[in-house]
Amino acid sequence: MARLTNDNVELAREIIGCYPRPKSALISLLHLAQEQDGHLTDEAMAHIGELVGVSSAEVLGTASFYEMFKMEPVGRYMVNICTNISCQLRGGEELLAHAEKTLGIRPGQTTSDGLFTLEDVECIAACTEAPCLQVNYRYEHRISNEGFDQLMNDLRDGRRSDIPPHGVLAEIRQHIPADRRAGNVTPEDTAIPVWVAAAGEGEK
Amino acid sequence: MITDAPRIITSRFDRADSHTLAGYEATGGYQALRKALSMGPAAVADEVKTATLLGRGGAGFPAGVKWGLAPENVWPRYLVVNGDESEPGTYKDRLLMERDPHQLIEGVLLASYAIGCGQAFLYVRGEMALAQERIATALNDAYASGYVGKNILGSDFSVDVVLTWGAGAYIVGEETALIESLEGNRGMPRLKPPFFPAAKGLYMQPTIVNNVETLANLPWIVTNGGEAFAALGAETSRGTRMFAVSGHVKNPGVFEVEYGVTTFRDLIYAPQYAGGILGDRALKAFIPGGASAPWFFDEHLDLPLEKVTVDRAGSMLGSGAVVVMDETTDAVKACLRVVRFFARESCGKCTPCREGTTWLQNILQRIHDGYGRPTDLDLLMDVSDNISPGITWPPKQTTICPLGPSAVSPIASAMQRFRPEFEARIAQAEEARHSVPVNITKASSHV
Repeated sequence: MARLTNDNVELAREIIGCYPRPKSALISLLHLAQEQDGHLTDEAMAHIGELVGVSSAEVLGTASFYEMFKMEPVGRYMVNICTNISCQLRGGEELLAHAEKTLGIRPGQTTSDGLFTLEDVECIAACTEAPCLQVNYRYEHRISNEGFDQLMNDLRDGRRSDIPPHGVLAEIRQHIPADRRAGNVTPEDTAIPVWVAAAGEGEK
Repeated sequence: MITDAPRIITSRFDRADSHTLAGYEATGGYQALRKALSMGPAAVADEVKTATLLGRGGAGFPAGVKWGLAPENVWPRYLVVNGDESEPGTYKDRLLMERDPHQLIEGVLLASYAIGCGQAFLYVRGEMALAQERIATALNDAYASGYVGKNILGSDFSVDVVLTWGAGAYIVGEETALIESLEGNRGMPRLKPPFFPAAKGLYMQPTIVNNVETLANLPWIVTNGGEAFAALGAETSRGTRMFAVSGHVKNPGVFEVEYGVTTFRDLIYAPQYAGGILGDRALKAFIPGGASAPWFFDEHLDLPLEKVTVDRAGSMLGSGAVVVMDETTDAVKACLRVVRFFARESCGKCTPCREGTTWLQNILQRIHDGYGRPTDLDLLMDVSDNISPGITWPPKQTTICPLGPSAVSPIASAMQRFRPEFEARIAQAEEARHSVPVNITKASSHV
């Protein structure tokens, strides 16, 4: 039921084609499945296994290692509040406490309307903009309690069309045009690269 | 010393169109690539060697030397770009990817050309959606304009640059874990020796892993020459470098400064940089190079931002992350937060790290919560010693990668300096434990 759609299979094939070994596409394909369903379903993971030629256990093995992959449904918006050292010093923990109170949930939980999942996350590389958070991996810098409330209201009322639902990561993808592709370099391609050979540096 | 060194890698940050191909081309973009194609790969590598460009990811290994470690005449070679910025306090690679993606791509092209790489992988941290979009757009435009792909600018140089997203794991910043992730596996570091990535990395082929900021320097180096780069800075630390100054400062920010000569005091107090401590309070401590670095104090303020000098003083510049803590900072709480990070991010492969960081967190948590025991400080040192024997700097390793030992050094430095604070917290807990029946419910539930 939640296998990849035909369009996504086509996209998956394009992604797989960008790597010398199909399994290298695994994480990208897991993101694609999460984009489709909002979280990773067993069916989608099995389908990905078929596409890259590994067992569904191997797919799960990889998926379960990474924080961003969710095996259970989560809210439409993942609200990730940083409490690591730079944010802690500038009120990150107080912001998290405010968020817990406002949303009525603890980190890891989802609001009953299915809109918000709260997470207490590690450093998200916005340390000079503390306290900071991400909604579906889009940044909000130097956010106050009031700013947080406003943000939640805006999301609830559909005023933040710039933030896509959870699962959609980058909305722009790389597409390598066929006529410009250099082509995959596999470990079996043991020839000296032409520009190195031409420069007479093959011995290097 | 504050100097008027040029901004090498953040030169376009003030432009609104800095992330576009048009903006990049209008400011000298892809001219270094043209120049390199006329120089030949060996000459490009020589310029980088002359520049003595130190890797900007954390370890500070010279990039030119790293390139030279690939075994002779073994092909193919791969280039992997480490854009998995996640060391707490670090904020510079994301800016470089979001604001000037073409500069990074040109750096990738120059490195690929020099080392003889026909397929490069640009691994961007999963949580950075905008950086992924900016790089995707930049790559699509660069391919269309003939800068990337087959027969670049009509030459015999061809390379595909493939954008890959991570999915949330600090450990993937470690280069062998990054390679594992790129092979579609759990991001667990590989045992080295026997094999280092330069000899056997991605698909067991020679692989050069370079940090984003490192590569972003290459267009300037090729354009202006390695000597011009090496003329900036001091001692081993040449050129300029980005530092993120966060925490209790008036003007937190990311600043590109001359490497090797600018001091911590300049960075933290100068009005053009972080502008001093919030409320003009006193400094308690600062982290000089990310959460893995031992803490520094007042007496270290006049040290230059120079790799070897800082190493000798007992810490590291790491990933250019300066985190400032003023006198109001709770040292126990800050240590707990740093240790919790490592405990959460341990990949679980090695016992000393997996178990050790968790125990450090548990013990610090109970000290923090007011249930510490008189033996806890010795216990913390004992656990630390088991993760990193001798608790020395640089830390000794019982593990495959440095993650576990990285949790030990910072808290050891903090506990040494602020031991009375830890002891006072424990003494309070003791007092509460013995003052029956006042706190009997609270205390009994935790003994």
